[in-house]
Amino acid sequence: MSKILFKKQLSNDVFMMRLHAPLIAEERAAGQFIILQINDDYGERIPLTIADADTKEGSITIIFQVVGKTTLQLSEKNVGDVIPALVGPLGKPTHIENFGTVVCVGGGIGVAPLHPIAQALKKAGNHVITIIGARNKDLIILEEEMKAIADEFILCTDDGSYGRKALVTEPLKEICERSPKPNMVIAIGPPIMMKFCSETTRPYEVFTQVSLNTIMVDGTGMCGGCRVNVGKEIKFVCVDGPEFDGHKVDFDNMMSRLNSYKELEREAHSCFLEQEIKNKEALQ
Amino acid sequence: MSHITPEQLSEDAKKLIVDYLSKIDELKTKDRMKIPAQEMPAQDPEIRSHNLDEVALGYTVEQARIEAMRCLQCVKKNCVEDCPVKIDIPRFIDHIAHGDMGNAAGVIKEASLLPAICGRVCPQETQCQSNCTVGKALKDVDKSVAIGRLERFVADWERATGKISIPEIKPATGKKVAVVGSGPAGLVVAADCRREGHHVTIFEAFHKLGGVLRYGIPEFRLPNDIIDKEIEVLKAMGVEFQTNFVVGRTRKLTDLMDKDGYNAVFVGTGAGLPMFMGIEGENLVGVFSANEYLTRANLMRAFEKGKADTPIYPSKNVAVLGGGNVAMDSARMAKRLGAENVYVVYRRTEVEMPARKEEVEHAKEEGIEFYFLQNAKRIIGGENGKVKAMECLRYELGEPDSSGRRRPVVIPNSEFILDVDTVIVAIGNSSNPLISQTTPQINVNKWGNIIVDETQKTSVDKIFAGGDIVLGAATVILAMGEGRRAAASINKMLADDIEKEKKSVN
Ligand SMILES: Cc1cc2nc3c(=O)[nH]c(=O)nc-3n(C[C@H](O)[C@H](O)[C@H](O)COP(=O)(O)OP(=O)(O)OC[C@H]3O[C@@H](n4cnc5c(N)ncnc54)[C@H](O)[C@@H]3O)c2cc1C
Ligand code: SF4
Ligand code: FES
Repeated sequence: MSKILFKKQLSNDVFMMRLHAPLIAEERAAGQFIILQINDDYGERIPLTIADADTKEGSITIIFQVVGKTTLQLSEKNVGDVIPALVGPLGKPTHIENFGTVVCVGGGIGVAPLHPIAQALKKAGNHVITIIGARNKDLIILEEEMKAIADEFILCTDDGSYGRKALVTEPLKEICERSPKPNMVIAIGPPIMMKFCSETTRPYEVFTQVSLNTIMVDGTGMCGGCRVNVGKEIKFVCVDGPEFDGHKVDFDNMMSRLNSYKELEREAHSCFLEQEIKNKEALQ
Repeated sequence: MSHITPEQLSEDAKKLIVDYLSKIDELKTKDRMKIPAQEMPAQDPEIRSHNLDEVALGYTVEQARIEAMRCLQCVKKNCVEDCPVKIDIPRFIDHIAHGDMGNAAGVIKEASLLPAICGRVCPQETQCQSNCTVGKALKDVDKSVAIGRLERFVADWERATGKISIPEIKPATGKKVAVVGSGPAGLVVAADCRREGHHVTIFEAFHKLGGVLRYGIPEFRLPNDIIDKEIEVLKAMGVEFQTNFVVGRTRKLTDLMDKDGYNAVFVGTGAGLPMFMGIEGENLVGVFSANEYLTRANLMRAFEKGKADTPIYPSKNVAVLGGGNVAMDSARMAKRLGAENVYVVYRRTEVEMPARKEEVEHAKEEGIEFYFLQNAKRIIGGENGKVKAMECLRYELGEPDSSGRRRPVVIPNSEFILDVDTVIVAIGNSSNPLISQTTPQINVNKWGNIIVDETQKTSVDKIFAGGDIVLGAATVILAMGEGRRAAASINKMLADDIEKEKKSVN
């Protein structure tokens, strides 16, 4: 059980919350995630990255986008409400050392998990170049926080409503062409963005680490629902990851697996919304 | 085997028992051998393959007493020898024959803590019932005394009459025991250590308790009520539970001792990491490990469509790979979730199937089709990366291997295509990596199973382990047996510590 201590809407459908979870706050490291459930009996288990933690307050920060029923219900909860099941920190922490120059690429909500990693890399002495991007201005999050740690900061939007009008792969390519080229790229965002970042860096042979957000059930290596092809091997994202070498990940397979339940969810989501509307009408 | 209605079975037993009740103590061996073996009443297969209610309904009192009268009360008790926890089987059966269910329960409880569960899920035909004198004499193991069904009967009787007693707890010792995992191994350790007066906390990664009993074995075979009742008893005994707590991640195992003051830890984290076949197409949409499929259906309650938020894949034609209990449970669950055709594809023959016999029979009655001596070669994808079909190979039995079982050998060019949209892989598990990843001091073997000595102690002082994490995927009763042994070692260690502390004070 975990109480919501703070809530803030970051954009139209992106929310930030601080949850009371002292043990997780103490143990967590950059790159790790939690799994939560809105209902102890019938809820679905969803993984969310830990964006930050405060050991004094005993809290962790999550940032999430409303994409389905569970995230919608979570967004409707308020300070003082309780999340019945919260477990973590899960996954292996990001390996942090002084690599030299690291490009941190964040797409959309992916900036949330990227932030603590960029922070840790900076602290370890790296030269941190940050590229953050989103479809439009509304969807840019944590701009100030990312700017504060970056040695170089690039912001782009697909529609040009803010910053440079470009996909994140454009500036990434330019940076790879510099001499010396960067030592490492960390890309976190929608699967399609991570795929194209990996494709962008491949010809330059710049190691590119991606953080995968697959479907999960238990999060402890028991079910295999989170499995992905990495090179010739099958890996379990919850215990072997979530971070992998982007040049080896089979993104196309991962994306089709992410869509396993899309049709069902669309049905459930529309039923649920219809019911919500009916409930509201009934109240009036 | 055709389905006999429970009403009919009950009627027959009521009539039959009249003849025996008066001469119960005069029955000779040959009389006993003539008593008809009692069938287990079960839900009609047509109906049950669409619901989640328990399939086997349990004996009536008359059936139980008749079945109990079949026992010969052997001097050399083959059944007890083959029971992993050495229940005094003829003694509890004799109480049933005489209608004394309370004492029957008492006898079982001396040796086994969770009879309602074991009576339902133990592989009796390879344990206590395998060498039963009656079955031997009738040359049919199916005609052995139905020890498991009788065990279940007694446990259910106890529950139904509300006579479950809370064991006595010794005065508090001030010692703390941490139990990691709430499967059968962990539950038994908790009960046995708590009885000695130690403070016991169970840490469980999931939001619900019971381990495989909850997330793996389906409701239609082991209702959740039964697990809930057992856990209520532990709660009433004062055992504490911490759910949503992954030892190794939420807290390091060693921190439980160094920072939180636990004096002993038991690791009962179960099997983990489902195995896959390593064939082409295994990551297609529509391929699941049995663990995932069953966890969605059971623990996350996806069978209650409309209520549960966790989705389950909609299937028409399902192939299940494997021949154990896990495969049977997956196949039967798929049927209940609406699949039209379910095929169990198994490399060997029916004789070699490790599943409980009763489950295989029930599966057949429910219309599950068995493809023996066949195996998957590759899974074929269609649009959107979804499973479209599975290519299989036929096998024949060759020379016996080192285990004495005849090894299945591929028949060349025997490929054929099975039209399926879902494949469930139920070929076993390797070990749960979390504890060994985060506590490297604990020695594991090359399969990742924790190595223990004969007292269940690991390579690290004060840390014990048992159940599937030690044995590999095994059985409920073996997990409980290991739990018992571990608890005894922990209790002894703590008693010695208390003794030493007393001496050093004096
Ligand atoms: C589908 C299925 C059907 C089966 N049918 C039968 C049957 O008919 N008869 C039979 O005898 N056996 C059967 N088995 C096998 C039997 O269930 C197991 O052998 C038994 O449950 C093992 O018990 P355990 O206590 O070792 O572990 P488990 O029951 O696996 O419990 C381990 C628990 O530990 C938790 N855990 C794991 N890691 C951590 C951690 N780091 N921190 C905290 N908690 C953790 C898990 O969430 C789990 O709840 C079946 C198994 C399956 C999967
Ligand atoms: S072996 Fe069979 S007949 Fe003999 S005591 Fe055991 S259950 Fe009874
Ligand atoms: S989420 Fe189940 S194994 Fe990773």
